[in-house]
Amino acid sequence: MQDLHFKTITELAALLESGELTSVQLMQAVIDRTAAVDEQVKAFLSYDADDALAQARASDERRAAGQALGPLDGIPVGIKDVLAVKDQSVRCASKMLENYVSPFDATCITKLRQAGAIIWGRLNMDEFAMGSSTENSAYQTTANPWNLETIPGGSSGGSAAAMAAGEAIATLGTDTGGSIRQPAALCGVVGMKPTYGLVSRYGLVAFASSLDQVGPFARTVEDAAIVLEAMLGKDLKDSTSIESLGETNYAAALKDKKGPWTLGVPQEFFGEGIDPEVKANIEQAVDWYRGQGCTIVDISLPHSDLAVPVYYIVATAEASSNLARFDGVRYSHRSEAAKDALTLFTKSRGEGFGDEVKRRIILGTYVLSSGYYDAYYKRAQKVRRLILGDFEKAFEQVDAILTPTSPTPAFKRGERTDDPLAMYLSDIYTISVNLAGLPAISVPSGFTESGLPIGLQVIGKAFGEAEMFAIAHAFEQGHDYYKTTPKL
Amino acid sequence: MDYEATIGLEIHVQIKTRTKMFTAAPYEYGAAPNTLTDAVVLGLPGTLPVLNHAAIEKCAQLGLMLGCEIAEVCKWDRKNYFYPDSPKNYQLTQNDQPLCLGGEVEIELADPARNAAGEHRWVKLNRIHLEEDPGKLTHEAFDTLIDFNRAGVPLAEIVTEPDMSSSAEAVAFLNALRNLIIYAGISDCDMEKGQLRCDANVSLKPVGSTELGTRTEMKNLNSISNVKAAIEYEIERQRDVLESGNLVVQETRRWDVDQGISFSLRSKEEAHDYRYFPDPDLMPVEFDRNRVEALRAELPERPFDKQRRFEQEYGLPYTVTTVLCPNRELSEFFEAALETHHSPKLIANYVANDLLRELAAGSEHGAQNLKVSACQLTPAHIGTLAKLIDEGVISKQIAKEVFTEMFATGELPDAIVEKKGLKQSNDTGEIEALCREAIAGNEKAVNQYKDGNEKAINALKGPVMKATKGKANPAMLDELLKKLIDEG
Repeated sequence: MQDLHFKTITELAALLESGELTSVQLMQAVIDRTAAVDEQVKAFLSYDADDALAQARASDERRAAGQALGPLDGIPVGIKDVLAVKDQSVRCASKMLENYVSPFDATCITKLRQAGAIIWGRLNMDEFAMGSSTENSAYQTTANPWNLETIPGGSSGGSAAAMAAGEAIATLGTDTGGSIRQPAALCGVVGMKPTYGLVSRYGLVAFASSLDQVGPFARTVEDAAIVLEAMLGKDLKDSTSIESLGETNYAAALKDKKGPWTLGVPQEFFGEGIDPEVKANIEQAVDWYRGQGCTIVDISLPHSDLAVPVYYIVATAEASSNLARFDGVRYSHRSEAAKDALTLFTKSRGEGFGDEVKRRIILGTYVLSSGYYDAYYKRAQKVRRLILGDFEKAFEQVDAILTPTSPTPAFKRGERTDDPLAMYLSDIYTISVNLAGLPAISVPSGFTESGLPIGLQVIGKAFGEAEMFAIAHAFEQGHDYYKTTPKL
Repeated sequence: MDYEATIGLEIHVQIKTRTKMFTAAPYEYGAAPNTLTDAVVLGLPGTLPVLNHAAIEKCAQLGLMLGCEIAEVCKWDRKNYFYPDSPKNYQLTQNDQPLCLGGEVEIELADPARNAAGEHRWVKLNRIHLEEDPGKLTHEAFDTLIDFNRAGVPLAEIVTEPDMSSSAEAVAFLNALRNLIIYAGISDCDMEKGQLRCDANVSLKPVGSTELGTRTEMKNLNSISNVKAAIEYEIERQRDVLESGNLVVQETRRWDVDQGISFSLRSKEEAHDYRYFPDPDLMPVEFDRNRVEALRAELPERPFDKQRRFEQEYGLPYTVTTVLCPNRELSEFFEAALETHHSPKLIANYVANDLLRELAAGSEHGAQNLKVSACQLTPAHIGTLAKLIDEGVISKQIAKEVFTEMFATGELPDAIVEKKGLKQSNDTGEIEALCREAIAGNEKAVNQYKDGNEKAINALKGPVMKATKGKANPAMLDELLKKLIDEG
């Protein structure tokens, strides 16, 4: 039998259901695995084994009483450090929140608890979710389990690495410009970002409010669908959340929707900057779909080249305002050198934030400044509208869009830390999806010659998660890349 | 050269709602510091604002009361600035799309005669928008304390056009505005409790010039007398500046209540760049037109309209209407009393004089904001009292005693009259005997009357009244005395 910690939710749910396995056994297996490998991977900022085992016991008791809550009951789900969990520290991998403990659960956490999931540990990330390599964490650098010299991607690098290393059965990440999909691709696991509004942002420490979404990492598309289904829905605490306008019975969709589909391939996503191995791999994936009877359509998303600049205006503007609350007055880092209100602000923020966060706050402050607002922020919002228009036009003729998730496989630690622009381009294929508010998933599509994972991105229509899952599921089941695990 | 002043006011009014603007935390004045907060009020990481629709409706109602256009969409912006009383370091407000546009307020300038109607004119409004109140700072010797109870309370900011030219007009405006707001049930407008706050913009220009001079803004005007004093001080200060050949500097000034002077707070160059941008956490809300019309239909009659109606419909003098009409409760009490007995002048006098006097005697809050509802009297009490007088059952003299009694006990006047045997005597036989005694006992008065001094009859009435303990019908007494003297 395969190691428990590499099994899927569906496999484990069956074992739990049949009584062959208890949640405590499963949790203990995951704790043991984590204790064994996390020294190398460094995916977790912290975890509380006793608390996790107590949740597992509660799950076993529910099950014994005939009150099991569904496929997630008793399954350990790792949590990115940007999501609030009651009575746990929420540091966003920043010194700024070193001592902050949340008095409440994020809505997605509440919903996972209601589904019986075990809330498991705090996963490393780029500080305040700003970065593409998890090297911006103020606490530790997470390694990619496939090659410990390389980065796991980011910002949800801890969530992706923990999945790849078998330190959780599923994890949660957040995706503002690719922060779930890019690390999922680089770590060879499934990662998906829902349609904007599908999952409540309440309890997600905001980076860029109009782009942020919570989403799952999982071993399989089906597992990701199970986790998403537990979290979605309109939340009265988040005015931007909405009840899905599409089908949300994803398990049924995976069974029923078999294609063949009409799939779009945007030429703009295979140009300059793409790694040849990645390009060849994704072309093979497209060919596979063609071989399955799908119609492949060359499409154009003409404003794609504007996505990165637009993103770095919109996201930084919102971030500059969202992160203003970290000022040293109450719960955030307070400088001991502060002498008055002004130095309390400046010194606390100067000491508490890392370089990338400061860079983005400065950028965002600049683009919102009087006299520059129209030229930058307002204009960026107009271009954002054009980018969405490109997608809407494409979706008139296709069911989904296939692209590489990341232009390159995992790169070496330190390789891009001194070149922010090169780092920003890691998200070149994922960013436009956030700007358009669409759902997208990264599914493992093979490996480079040196054994690094590659991810295929499937972009769906707004609230078209069911179809998008089905398309990704078909590819996954036709390849079984997910059954390969890294040697640690 | 002679100068004239141009004045514009910005008034902040706390809107009376059960809960705060963007969360369910309650608000009341005077609670222990930091007891009326929650995670949203404190801007804890991961929290999101959720609109309180009651605040929007009340603000719209205020706008309708002041003759504004109500915007079709209610949109929110972030005003970014760092200050320790601001939990998020941005304030949710409405920058470019205020909820209410235009409008005007009818004011009455005090007439030098005081008991005659003053001149009326209309002051134009620019806009009313909604925003959230910040917390409150208290500066101690070495520390500054923050109370976040007030943070997040809905505030309506009413901005006038520069449409006033004297402190008297500003005072008249504030009084009229206050009455309108209290009438509409939007706020109690207690300036001591910070429910109504005022900033004043003042500039001077040569008499007759159409071009406005450089303005200064005066902050911290927390009573109507402060507004008056600060404007007068500023007009004189600017006149001195201009007359000495200097230029007025555009700046924000702070009024020092204790010293009675203002000093510069910051110049135009030091003004904040608020970096406004649309709040990505709140969706713009469309304001249902039917709802606006429903709110319009619920509006109370405006105080000056009521005053004019009272003068025409009931023939009441200015001295009475000017007491009754600014107070909605009092004026409605008066009209309700008319339903028991239609004797407008008599009842108006009882309400405007006797009732107010008794209320003021028992009030801890001074003459303003007297609450009729706080006493035991109902409109039926006063109506019945008037009826007893008009029907000759009791004299006005006796009515005073009945009034005091019913105010103290809440008993109905007819019951009091019955119980105490206060019915006025119409027994001509007894009274005639007493009259003859009086005539016989005061020859001087009789002669004066005979000489044409009608008032001399009063001297004869006194002893009769005394002997009947005031129960003699005065009108009947008058006639009887005259008849007996004339008969000789």
